[in-house]
Amino acid sequence: MSPTSIFAPASTPADSIFGLSIFVLLHVAAIFIVVFALLAYVVVRFRNKRHDDRSEPAQIYGSTQVELAWTVIPVLIVVALFLAAAHVIASVQNPPRSPGALEVIVTGHQYWWEYRYPDLNIVTANELHVPVSDPANPTPTFLTLLSADTDHSFWVPRLAGKTDLIPNHPNQMWIDPHEPGVYLGQCAQYCGTQHAKMLLRVYVQSRDEFERWVRDQQQPVRPGVLSAGQRVFESTACVNCHTVSGTSAKGRFGPDLTHLMSRDTIAAGAASNTPEKLRLWIKNPDAIKPGSKMPAMGLSDQDLDAVTAYLETLH
Amino acid sequence: MSTTTIAISELPASRPFTLRLHDWVTTVDHKRLGILYILFALVFLIAGGIEATIMRLQLVRPHNDLVSPEVFNRMFTMHGTTMIFFVAMPLVFGFANYLVPLMIGARDMAFPRLNAFSFWMTALGGLFLYFSFLGGDGLYGGGGAPDVGWFAYAPLTAKTFSVGHSTDYWILSLLSSGIGSIGTAINIIATILCMRCPGMTLGKMPLLVWLNLVMAGLVILAVSPLSAAQIMLLIDRYLGAHFFDTQAGGSAVIWMHFFWIFGHPEVYVLVLPAFAFASEIIPVFSRKAIFGYPVMVLATIAIGFIGMSVWAHHMFTVGMSAGANTFFVLSTMAIAVPTGIKIFNWVATMWGGKIRFDAPMLFCVGFLFQFLVAGLTGVTLAVAPFDWQLGNSYYVVAHFHYVIVGGILFCIFGAFYYWFPKASGKMLNETLGKLHFWLFTIGFHLTFDFMHVPGLLGMPRRIYTYEPGRGWDIWNLIVTFGVVFQAAGVLVFACNLIWSYLRGKRAGNDPWDAWTLEWSTSSPPPMYNYAVIPVVRSRRPLWDLKHPEDPDWRYE
Repeated sequence: MSPTSIFAPASTPADSIFGLSIFVLLHVAAIFIVVFALLAYVVVRFRNKRHDDRSEPAQIYGSTQVELAWTVIPVLIVVALFLAAAHVIASVQNPPRSPGALEVIVTGHQYWWEYRYPDLNIVTANELHVPVSDPANPTPTFLTLLSADTDHSFWVPRLAGKTDLIPNHPNQMWIDPHEPGVYLGQCAQYCGTQHAKMLLRVYVQSRDEFERWVRDQQQPVRPGVLSAGQRVFESTACVNCHTVSGTSAKGRFGPDLTHLMSRDTIAAGAASNTPEKLRLWIKNPDAIKPGSKMPAMGLSDQDLDAVTAYLETLH
Repeated sequence: MSTTTIAISELPASRPFTLRLHDWVTTVDHKRLGILYILFALVFLIAGGIEATIMRLQLVRPHNDLVSPEVFNRMFTMHGTTMIFFVAMPLVFGFANYLVPLMIGARDMAFPRLNAFSFWMTALGGLFLYFSFLGGDGLYGGGGAPDVGWFAYAPLTAKTFSVGHSTDYWILSLLSSGIGSIGTAINIIATILCMRCPGMTLGKMPLLVWLNLVMAGLVILAVSPLSAAQIMLLIDRYLGAHFFDTQAGGSAVIWMHFFWIFGHPEVYVLVLPAFAFASEIIPVFSRKAIFGYPVMVLATIAIGFIGMSVWAHHMFTVGMSAGANTFFVLSTMAIAVPTGIKIFNWVATMWGGKIRFDAPMLFCVGFLFQFLVAGLTGVTLAVAPFDWQLGNSYYVVAHFHYVIVGGILFCIFGAFYYWFPKASGKMLNETLGKLHFWLFTIGFHLTFDFMHVPGLLGMPRRIYTYEPGRGWDIWNLIVTFGVVFQAAGVLVFACNLIWSYLRGKRAGNDPWDAWTLEWSTSSPPPMYNYAVIPVVRSRRPLWDLKHPEDPDWRYE
């Protein structure tokens, strides 16, 4: 089973779309069977016989009754499909706002996702954490979609349809996942060279797990002895783009690294978050994601090891 | 009359090559310009096909690294732009140019020199587009061919994100070919309205002429906003305007509206001429008059009007209000009704006929089956919530290739087999034609049937590679495999064109025992088409001539 199938909904918007899609597909399949059979019949039945007298068949120029029939019936089908669609549009685009709703601001960047939880004071990247929503006591998540550069589109098929992130044009969408788990997706609007590796991971967690994750994310970095790696990190261009809260690294162009080690992947899901991959990513980003905005830092092997070791401490 | 014909058609053959070339370059004859349009399109068809093949090879398996992401992005941009603007449009215009004056009993288009100007503007557009491979780097060392996608959404086209000149060549290319398109559209409308032979009232025009009239109207309405948007984008890039420059407060969404108010009617610009070919070929090969001519005309006009009000169904995911989304669901679905009426009328035309399955008809029957599927997947996409899942996925790519290849290109292939004898005086080889049909049909279905599936499984379009473990691998493999058959089919077709032109059986004036005016003149027709302007009394003047005991004009 594909982890990104639109036919395995796990959240109300995806579920409403799924129900509608089955309704539409049944109609379409019925029309297909009828018209296909008619076409096949005509093609077989009226083919020219081998020993033909070469006379012309009777010429028929039209029939008002027949024309009316195949105008009115399609009109009725269109009306039925339209009403069904209008109903789902209204229910998905005008959701009830429940008090337990979580707000997240999603900002699309060229080839990565930034998540801000304004009420919780959390900033993270690429891996969205949301609580599971119990239908009896719903805790949906409302996403405000922004873009820092070009157009992007947020698409996790099992949770909801896609909505675009467009600069100067804030959008809204919402999800209320019923089952814990990791839901996959990716950017669905061409946004530049590495559009393909702008992957989405949504971690749906039980209430307790989610609250633990929130507490961990809210922890500031523990000040300690300035390591060699941190010194390299803070004295090179790393800090122009990345933030490690509580330090002098305050860049906003790239992902926030404060709790980098709490994430399973790096480079917007393009690689797993292991020391080897991390080191390779810093040394030569093109080896993982050619065309990404992360520059090769040109560090010596020794500095590379030190910076990797420093990043490994950012839990 | 026949002696004059021979004298004129033999004259160029005895002239030296350079003089003959000069004749073609400076020609204002609608038939030669039609052929130039078509040859031009065939050259670009090869280019666009190669670009598609490169993409399919890259996507044959996950994490493939045959080409870099930059190259892949250029390939899909060039493929889309080439196929729409420099293959489909020139093919449509080429056939319209060649056929419309012949079918209305005229000696040329209304404005022959505008006709030549329009063709050369289109050709210049093609040159601009492909020169970008050389010139796109500009002074900046960034670029190459354009890589912004064929709908070139803002702000990816802004100077900030598109350095170098690749986007500029794309803009100039579309601007130049757009001027050509508008010129030809004006010409087609003027020709049809003013140059019909005596007796040919609007209600007695062949359906092909009606469909091309509506097509030309749509071109004027659709290409003008596109050209305006290209100029605005150029001003953005070079004169510091901010129409689409979001970093300075411009609007990305306005570009989308501009593009799709062109982009969706464009689908009808291409499909109406395809319907036109089917509407001529199906009756002749079923040996029956078209069923419900007035309804076919009305359905065409309805498609033209409704087609102008559906563009934002390309924008269901950009965050329009629920009301706007609902409106565009309704308008988009409404267009299924006149389209369905057309399919039923073609079927009714075949009903009770004596269907001959020569190559033109084979392609039209293939078109009917495939266009049925294309229309129905179109209905699924019209349902906005379903589109929130399907939009920008491979399902959409499969859908519109079903329309453009399975529908439009099949009709165009049918038209080649049907009218090649008229244009060249030689029949296309029927055996090769059938081989072409079956190879291409098998390849088409392998590629585009199975392409729907990864879309349903969450695969977005325009990604140069994809992750394993998502259930997409096997489908992409099959899709790529189909390319082999399609390429073989096109190769057979190309061989058939060349071989039949040189060695084909002589066609005679009327090889298909057809009914419209073009079959009354010689093959190829003389420069002036008709020595004496014909007079018609019905929609099928040659039927009247062949059946004086039972002419059509008694019933119309």
